[in-house]
Amino acid sequence: MELKYIGLDEINGPLVALEGVSGIGYDEMAELRLADGTKRLGRVVEVSEDRAVLQVFEGTKGLSLGNTTTKFEGKPMMLPLSTEMLGRIFSGAGKPIDGLGDVYPERFADINGKPLNPVSREYPRNYINTGISSIDALMTLIRGQKLPIFSGSGLSHNKLAVQIVRQARIAEESGRDFAVVFGAMGVKNDVADYFRRSFEETGSLQRVVMFLNMSNDPIIERILTPRCALTCAEYLAFEHDMHILVILTDMTAYAEALREFSSSKGEIPARKGYPGYLYSDLASLYERAGVVKGSKGSVTQIPILTMPNDDITHPVPDLTGYITEGQIVLDRGLDQTGVYPAVSVLPSLSRLMKDGIGEGYTREDHQMCANQLFAAYAKVSDARSLASVIGEEELSAADKSYLRFGRLFEEHFIDQGFEVNRSIQQTLDLGWELLSTLPKNELDRVDEEHIEKFYDPERAKTIFNL
Amino acid sequence: MDKIYSINGPVVKVKNSRSFSMLEMVYVGNKRLISEVIGVNSEFTTIQVYEGTTGLMPGEPVVGTGAAMSALLGPGIITNIFDGIERPLRSLAELTGAFIGDGAAVSSLDTEKKYQVTLTVKKGDRLSAGQVYATCPETPVITHRCMLSPLSKGGEVVWTAPDGEYCINDTVAKIRTDRGTEEELTLCQRWPIRTPRPSARRLPIDRPLITGQRVIDTIAPIAKGGTAAIPGGFGTGKTMTQHQLAKWCDADIIVYIGCGERGNEMTQVLEEFSELIDPRTGRPLTDRTVLIANTSNMPVSAREASIYTGITLAEYYRDMGYHIAIMADSTSRWAEALRELSGRLEEMPAEEGFPAYLPSRISEFYERAGYVETLSGAEGSVSIIGAVSPQGSDFSEPVTQNTKRFVRCFWALDKSLAYARHYPAINWTASYSEYTDDLADYYRKNVAPDFMEVRQEISNILAKESSLMEIVKLMGADVLPDDQKLLIETAKAVRVGFLQQNAYHKDDTYVPLDKQYRMMKLILCFFEQGREALEKGCTVSSITGTGWVERIIKVKYDIPNDKPELFDEYIDRMQKDFAELTGGVTVGA
Repeated sequence: MELKYIGLDEINGPLVALEGVSGIGYDEMAELRLADGTKRLGRVVEVSEDRAVLQVFEGTKGLSLGNTTTKFEGKPMMLPLSTEMLGRIFSGAGKPIDGLGDVYPERFADINGKPLNPVSREYPRNYINTGISSIDALMTLIRGQKLPIFSGSGLSHNKLAVQIVRQARIAEESGRDFAVVFGAMGVKNDVADYFRRSFEETGSLQRVVMFLNMSNDPIIERILTPRCALTCAEYLAFEHDMHILVILTDMTAYAEALREFSSSKGEIPARKGYPGYLYSDLASLYERAGVVKGSKGSVTQIPILTMPNDDITHPVPDLTGYITEGQIVLDRGLDQTGVYPAVSVLPSLSRLMKDGIGEGYTREDHQMCANQLFAAYAKVSDARSLASVIGEEELSAADKSYLRFGRLFEEHFIDQGFEVNRSIQQTLDLGWELLSTLPKNELDRVDEEHIEKFYDPERAKTIFNL
Repeated sequence: MDKIYSINGPVVKVKNSRSFSMLEMVYVGNKRLISEVIGVNSEFTTIQVYEGTTGLMPGEPVVGTGAAMSALLGPGIITNIFDGIERPLRSLAELTGAFIGDGAAVSSLDTEKKYQVTLTVKKGDRLSAGQVYATCPETPVITHRCMLSPLSKGGEVVWTAPDGEYCINDTVAKIRTDRGTEEELTLCQRWPIRTPRPSARRLPIDRPLITGQRVIDTIAPIAKGGTAAIPGGFGTGKTMTQHQLAKWCDADIIVYIGCGERGNEMTQVLEEFSELIDPRTGRPLTDRTVLIANTSNMPVSAREASIYTGITLAEYYRDMGYHIAIMADSTSRWAEALRELSGRLEEMPAEEGFPAYLPSRISEFYERAGYVETLSGAEGSVSIIGAVSPQGSDFSEPVTQNTKRFVRCFWALDKSLAYARHYPAINWTASYSEYTDDLADYYRKNVAPDFMEVRQEISNILAKESSLMEIVKLMGADVLPDDQKLLIETAKAVRVGFLQQNAYHKDDTYVPLDKQYRMMKLILCFFEQGREALEKGCTVSSITGTGWVERIIKVKYDIPNDKPELFDEYIDRMQKDFAELTGGVTVGA
């Protein structure tokens, strides 16, 4: 027999409470039917013997204490899964919104997922060639990694994500089993449209699953969106051996939704009003990337987040950085000088890079070249701050060569353009050419053998017209 | 029967029950989820659940075990990988697959495996708490010593099994206590994780935990039985430093606690440690390592327990007379777990939402480190090295500040060093060790009589450089007089040649103390020769023109660890070069 409860006992923000209920499980889903026949979805977030608190995904607008009937589903939120999902567009809660009807499910899965046992993980080692020099050389993306883009409002993170999707090549890729799962949380309609059009133009729409929660959709649904996307990704990767790139944007909007939800539940806030469990919550998303032993597929995540006020110490980027395996930071200063992609090299990092590059993966000199580029570019900023105080003329010869290196590095290496797709060979050669503009004794991260092989100041002079 | 009244995340309440005691381990729900009682009052018993609570319903049963949360201690711990409540992850993977399911009941240790046991007592011997009654090889490098539990009153041995192969639950001896009751002794015992295991007494700290990392061993050394904190923002290399220490420090056993960190990192430790060979034993590092992995997406309450599980395992091996180093990565995640649970319990928050008892919990944890005489009279130690992940890289936040109060060694990781890829990114001015004086004698006797003086001179050079850099930043290096320019060049050799260390280079990843000392001597020799040359009228550019700064910087790669005598050749050559240089000047003048 199906039990339906008539009426509600309390409505507070996105939460409603029912009293006198029984047999309700924690995290269970419920369907609320309004007097006019429309349905809304809810989830149990707190339960005791005779009272259950539900969060309503579509918002509580129009609900009254008397006009609803609630039916409990007896199971947590399940997402219907099928390979037919490729090429389809879903709402943030996993309902098809492209007018092509329901997906015929192969099976259902709990969207919360389960933690992956560390002994069942395989350490990620194979790189993904994005064709973008700054990323490939200095913060190489590894299959199974989670590498977020830290951006700010108005910067070109969306464009960068599209370029990565378009150019991404997996080392021994056959192309057939590579797909993208795109989760949009609280993005503007035209941004979602931009992604859709870009995927269409590159002909990859058939390899993309989109979950869209727009900024005017209910915020509570936003909490489900990344979970739906990742459940779908895990299914395609680990059960159908596909290499999945998951793009989640914008994680800041997600965290804000979480904050709103937490404060309406009356929880004690930690930093900046975010709930104390923000770290665990974000981790439950980001950790759903990786490679599982015995499966050929992989889940790679590129979450995008906009740093409020460009502040990298804000809780969302801060906690994200502690969970993810590195970060790609975009810089407003570079962006304003017209550099695209405006990757700020020094704070960017890929933690898994060291094991996925070098001989057998990219090229044996990769690590050394990257280390030296980092070290040299770090000195550029010292030289620049010195130049701004005492003037460029007063600098020592070495500092002047660093200034020149910095300029060339930004013009040729970082500023690559949206259309240019460089192979890893081209990228590393370019790196060595740039390093060759520095005096030989400044190359302290490179051994003699490689200096012999790659250091060629004459060639650098002709290339860069010095 | 007691039933669940309410559920909120990992916190479950039972109404009107008098059957549970504080910190008792209980099973919650039909799936028998492992849980612990964390609050008792006349109306509600509050329980935290160590597994996921999705689908749990009010009305499901709650069953007490009558005992506190405790760890099973016995052979089979080393080489294993556990979650925060000592469930072996390999067995879990066999049971529930790649993704961890709820309510999986597995024994912490393998009950089927047979160990070659040698009895060390015979009938009629007296056995008191903490004394060893049997030994067995646990791994090729660790001999397990089965000790009478410190909870036992001791008594007379009335029966022993013959030496042979036994499983951990087989009885190998029996004792009769003074009250006349008999106790059966197996190879294992249980210990409540939140209670420190007792020892006979604490011994003074006087020997270093040698790590082979130059900036640590010379600038801010840690002692065996000591405590250290590694605070640093993300990307500064906390985990990397912890891995290096776990690989190379001269402890007998490493307990590596991955507390709320990344899953891939634990996989990396598993893979790397089974491939790396310990130079002292010739066996893979896993043979001396225990891993506790409670990654960030595993249940938060088990994360809180993981720290205690880890230290209990460490104390158990300490009691056998081993030296243990604990790497806790990261204690901030543990503190956040405390905060999260405290929030669920609606406790009054103190600073930044952390509970008011945060400092006392942190101090309780670090105080479980120490160099002790065990109950059986052996010497053992537990050293704790805790990573701290300050929010927003701000060292004034509560976890860093409170940790700083209770540790004696502080290795501050620096963002700007990490950005310049200077690893380990330990800032030499912000870091300190309070053990330097305690360890001075050891260094003098075992490395070189003037080790402490040499170390001090190197620190002085760095200190002077950092004050000179203020001027350089404003006006450029050209305005400095020659002797200060020389100091800056020397300091560069110290920073790049000595402090910076390449973890991926076969020789540089671990450097013996003797080589560390000789490297410092070489740098000081350059400084000395340089100063003399200046006095004789040479310019700084002619001194740097000798190429010795670059040569010193590369000495870490050029002189293998097993050929320290090459340093003497270097010093000879340097003296010759400088003699030529100064000779040239005099002739020219």
